[in-house]
Amino acid sequence: MSLIPDRQRENTIGRKLWQINWSFVLLVALIAGVGFAMLYSAAGGQFDPWSSRQMARFGVGTVAMIVFALIDIRTWLRYAYIIYLASLVLLAAVEVTGSVGMGAQRWINLGFINVQPSEIVKITLILALARYFYACRVEDVERMTYLLVPAAMLVAPVYLVLRQPDLGTAILILVTGITIFFLAGVRAWIFVAFGLAAISAIVPVWKFVLLDYQKQRLLTYLNPESDPLGAGYHVMQSKIALGSGGLFGKGFLAGTQSHLSFLPEKHTDFIFTMLAEEFGMAGGLGLVGLYLLVLVYGFFIALRSRNHFGRLVGMGVVAAFFYNVFVNIAMVMGLLPVVGMPLPLVSYGGTAMVTLLFGFGLLLCVFVHRDVAISPGTADGNY
Amino acid sequence: MHRDSDRYRMFSRRAAIFLGGQVLLLSGLGARMYYLQVVEADRYRTLADDNRINLKLLAPPRGLIVDRFGRSLADNRQNYRLILTPENITDLDKTLDRLAAIIPIGPNERQRIAREIKRRRRFNPIIIRENLEWKKVARIEVNAPDLAGIGIDVGESRYYPGGAAMAPILGYVSAVSEKERTGDPLLELPGFRIGKAGIEKTQDLALRGAAGTSQVEVNAFGREIRELQRIEGQPGAEARLTIDYELQRMTAARLGDKAASAVVMDIHTGEILAMASTPSFDSNAFKRGFSRAEWRDLISNPRAPLNNKAVVGQYAPGSTFKMIVALAALEKGVITPQSRFFCKGEMELGDSTFHCWKRTGHGSMDLMNGITQSCDVYFYEVAGRTGIDRISAMARRFGLGARLGIELPGEKNGLMPTRKWKKRTKGVSWQQGETVLAGIGQGFLLTTPLQLAVMISRLANGGRAVEPSILRQLVPFGVPEPEPRELHQFPEIDVNKNHLRIVGRAMARVTNSPIGTAYRARIKNPEFRMAGKTGTVQVRRISKAEREQGVRKNSELEWRDRDHALFVGYGPVRAPRYAVSVVVEHGGGGSSTAAPIARDILTEAQRRDPSRGRAAYLGRRRQPAGADEG
Repeated sequence: MSLIPDRQRENTIGRKLWQINWSFVLLVALIAGVGFAMLYSAAGGQFDPWSSRQMARFGVGTVAMIVFALIDIRTWLRYAYIIYLASLVLLAAVEVTGSVGMGAQRWINLGFINVQPSEIVKITLILALARYFYACRVEDVERMTYLLVPAAMLVAPVYLVLRQPDLGTAILILVTGITIFFLAGVRAWIFVAFGLAAISAIVPVWKFVLLDYQKQRLLTYLNPESDPLGAGYHVMQSKIALGSGGLFGKGFLAGTQSHLSFLPEKHTDFIFTMLAEEFGMAGGLGLVGLYLLVLVYGFFIALRSRNHFGRLVGMGVVAAFFYNVFVNIAMVMGLLPVVGMPLPLVSYGGTAMVTLLFGFGLLLCVFVHRDVAISPGTADGNY
Repeated sequence: MHRDSDRYRMFSRRAAIFLGGQVLLLSGLGARMYYLQVVEADRYRTLADDNRINLKLLAPPRGLIVDRFGRSLADNRQNYRLILTPENITDLDKTLDRLAAIIPIGPNERQRIAREIKRRRRFNPIIIRENLEWKKVARIEVNAPDLAGIGIDVGESRYYPGGAAMAPILGYVSAVSEKERTGDPLLELPGFRIGKAGIEKTQDLALRGAAGTSQVEVNAFGREIRELQRIEGQPGAEARLTIDYELQRMTAARLGDKAASAVVMDIHTGEILAMASTPSFDSNAFKRGFSRAEWRDLISNPRAPLNNKAVVGQYAPGSTFKMIVALAALEKGVITPQSRFFCKGEMELGDSTFHCWKRTGHGSMDLMNGITQSCDVYFYEVAGRTGIDRISAMARRFGLGARLGIELPGEKNGLMPTRKWKKRTKGVSWQQGETVLAGIGQGFLLTTPLQLAVMISRLANGGRAVEPSILRQLVPFGVPEPEPRELHQFPEIDVNKNHLRIVGRAMARVTNSPIGTAYRARIKNPEFRMAGKTGTVQVRRISKAEREQGVRKNSELEWRDRDHALFVGYGPVRAPRYAVSVVVEHGGGGSSTAAPIARDILTEAQRRDPSRGRAAYLGRRRQPAGADEG
C-alpha cells in the first residue's frame, strides 16, 4: 500500500479495520434502516421503486465509507485542495451542461451516474477549510488577511450554488463553512461584525440591486404561506400529517395523509413527516434521538483526535450533518421555509446518501487515525 | 505542543458550545413535535379526516305515482347517459369527431364540453348527453376501443306512461334552478330533479325521499379510493291518486285538441276521478329538454298547453249558474217554484236591453221550465229580485268563488262579486244591471271547471259540502300496506232540501225532456241517465248594430271570439254518484259542444264505476236528489 507511509506500517489494513468504530457504523445503518422502512411505506408497502434502490446505494456507500476510513488521514490532507477544486469544477460544469430538475440546475451526468455537485461540495469544502486551518496558530486566525483565502474558498461554491439557483443548499454550505471558521478560532467579534454588515446590506441591496421578479421570488422563498396553493399547501399538509399522528402514530403503512398523497414529496423532503404520522411523536423523537447520538459520537471522535486536521474535519462533518437534519425537520414542521432539503440517510436520493457516507467515511478515518500526529508541512508531503 | 494545547482548549470549548447549540435546537424540534402532535393533535386529526373523507349524497329514488287502482302514472326508468372522462382523453377534438359520427355534436356543444373540462377536475366525468336510445348505446359500446374516455353510465330518469293525458295533473320534474336552492345539499347534486308542476310539485318533498350518504376516502386529487361507510337513503313515498287512469285517458281523448277541460268527481267522496286539460304537453319531453323554439311555442300558445285549465282556468259560469240563482231566490222567498215570468226575448232595465238567447222569447216561464229551457229573461227577473249579495253567498256555499284546496299548484279563486267587493276594488257602486247579468252567470263572475264540478256535486249529493281531492294517500316507502284513508262525512250545507230536489228535477229535465237544452245529448241507457245544465258564455260584446243585422253564428267568428261552451252534470239520475264539468274554450254552444262531451265522459265513468266498493253507502243512505224525476 503506497498510501501507507513507512512509519505507520504497523497500522495494517486488518488492524485499521479493527480500529473502525463499528458501533458508529451500526448506528448509521440503523438510521438508514428507518429510511428503508419509510421508503417501503411510501411506495405503498413495496420495496420498489425506492426502498430497494436505496438499500443498494447504502450498501455501495457503506463499502466506500469503510474504504475512505482506511485511507490514511494524511493522504486526505494532501489531496484536500485537489478534491475541493475537482468538486468546484463539477459545480461549475452544472452551469454549462447541467440538466434542470425541480426547476433548478442541480444535476450533472458523469456518463455512468447522475450526481449533484452541490451535495459533494459540502464535504469537500470541509476538507479544504480543515487543510487551510490545520496548521494555523491562534494568532494567525486573528488576522483578517489570513482569513481572505478561506473566505474565498467558502464564497466560490456558495456563489455557484446560488446561481443554480439553490438558495437552501447555498445557505447550508455557507453556515457549515462559518461553523468551521468558528471552530478554527476566528474571533467572535468578526462574526458579529459580518452579521451586522450583512443585515445592514439587506435594505440597499433590496432597494437598488434586486429586480422586481427577483424580490418576488425571494419573498415566496422566505414566506411560502403567501402562496397557499404552492409551498404553503405542502407545509399545511405536512403539519396536518404530523399533528394527526399524535403520540404513537397511525401505524406502519397506515398514514392517511401520506398514502392518500396529501403529503407531497413523501419519499424525499417530507419523509420525516411520514415517519411522524405513522409512528407519532414517539417515532419522531426516536429518530431525532438517533441523530443526536450520531452528533455526540462525532463530537467525541473529533475531540479524541490528536491532530487538528482530524478535529476540524470531524466537527465539520458533524456540522454539515446537523444542519441538514435540523433544516429538514424544522422545514417539515413549518418552522423554516421549504427549501428542498433531504433528510440525511433517510430521504430517497443517491448523491445525498453517498456524499453523507463519504463524510462519515472521513469521520471514521479521523477515528481510525486518531493518534496520528500531524505537524505543519505534512500536507506538502513532509511527514 | 503547548501551542496545540491552547488551540485544543479553544477548539474543545467552541465544539462544546456548538454541541450545546445543537442539543438546544434539536430540543426545540422536540418541543415543536410535542406542540403539533400532543397539544394540537385533535385539531390536526380532524383536519386529516376532513382531508380524506368526502361525504357524498346518494340521491334517493323518487316516489312513484299511481292511480286509484295502482296503475303506474310516474316511475323511474334507466337513463343511459353519455359521459366523458377528461383524464382518459388524449385528443379531445379527435374523440369528439369520432363520437359525432354516432351522435351529432354541434359547435356550441363542443364549446360547452371544453368549458366544463377546464372547470372541473380531470377525473370528474362530464355528461354529454342523457336519455340515449338503446341503439346509440349499443353503437357506442361497439366503438368503445376508438372512444377512449367516453363511457355510458346508467342513472334514473322519470317516466310518465300517461304522457300528455296525465301531464296537467302530474306536472313534470326538471333540474333545480338557482332560485329553488334551499340549502338542502340534495338539491345541489348534479342531475337531481324536482317537481315543477302538478302533483310532482305539490308533493315534491314527500316524493323526494331522504338522501343517503356515502363516506368515501379520497386522495389529495379528489379521486375516490374506497367507500368507508354507506347509509342508504329512503326512497320517496308513493303517491296514490284518486284518478282512474283509464277514465282520464278517455276524457282527455274525448276533449281532443280543443282548448278544453273536464273534471269527473265522486259526488260523495270528492275524489277526482279524471281531470283533463287540453291541449297538453308530454311530461316526458322535459327530461330531454326543449329547443328555444319549442319552448316559445309552448308558453306563447293561446291555448295554454302548460296550464291545467281545470284549476287555473277561470270562466264565467254562464247558465250553469242558474241553479245557484234559483236556490238563492227560493231561499229569500222572492219566488216560489210556481212563480211565473213572461219572456218576450228581451228585458229592458233603464236604458239597457237584456236579451234572451231565444230571440223570439220563451213565453210564460216557471222555475222548472226556466232551468229546463235555460230562459235568460226568467233569471234576469229572478236575479234582480234576489240581489247580488245573496246570490254570491249561495254560490260560495256551493264551492264557488274561493280556492278549494286541491293538491295541485296554482289553483285559482274564481270570483263571486258582492256590492262591497265592487266598491272596494273598483271604487264604484254596484249596478242593478250587473245583478241581472249575474242571473245568467255572466258579468264579473268567474269559476274554475273544478269549482263547477264541486258545485254540481253538492247539488247532486243532497247538499253536502264535499271537497275535492286528487291525492288519495301518500304511502311512505317500506311501510306495510296502510289502511285506506278514512272517508269523512262532509258537513251539510245550510240549504233547503226541498229546493234542492226541485232544482235537481229541473236538471234531470234539461237532458231528458224533449224541450230541455241538452235533450240531444241525453244518455239513453236508463241505468246511466244524466242530469245537468248547459252554459254558453259570450266572450265578446254584441253591438246594437250587429243585433239589428243579425247576430253572427259562432262558426262565422274568429276562434277567440266564439262563445265558451259549458256543461255540468251528474249521473245516474236515480242514485247520483259521478259529477262532471266540461268547459270548452270558444267551443260554441254548451248544448251542442259541451253536453255531448259530458255525456260520453259520464257514460264511461258510470260504465267503469271507479268508485265501486268505495263507501257506496254514503250515497245510498240519503234520498238522492232528483230521484223522483219521472
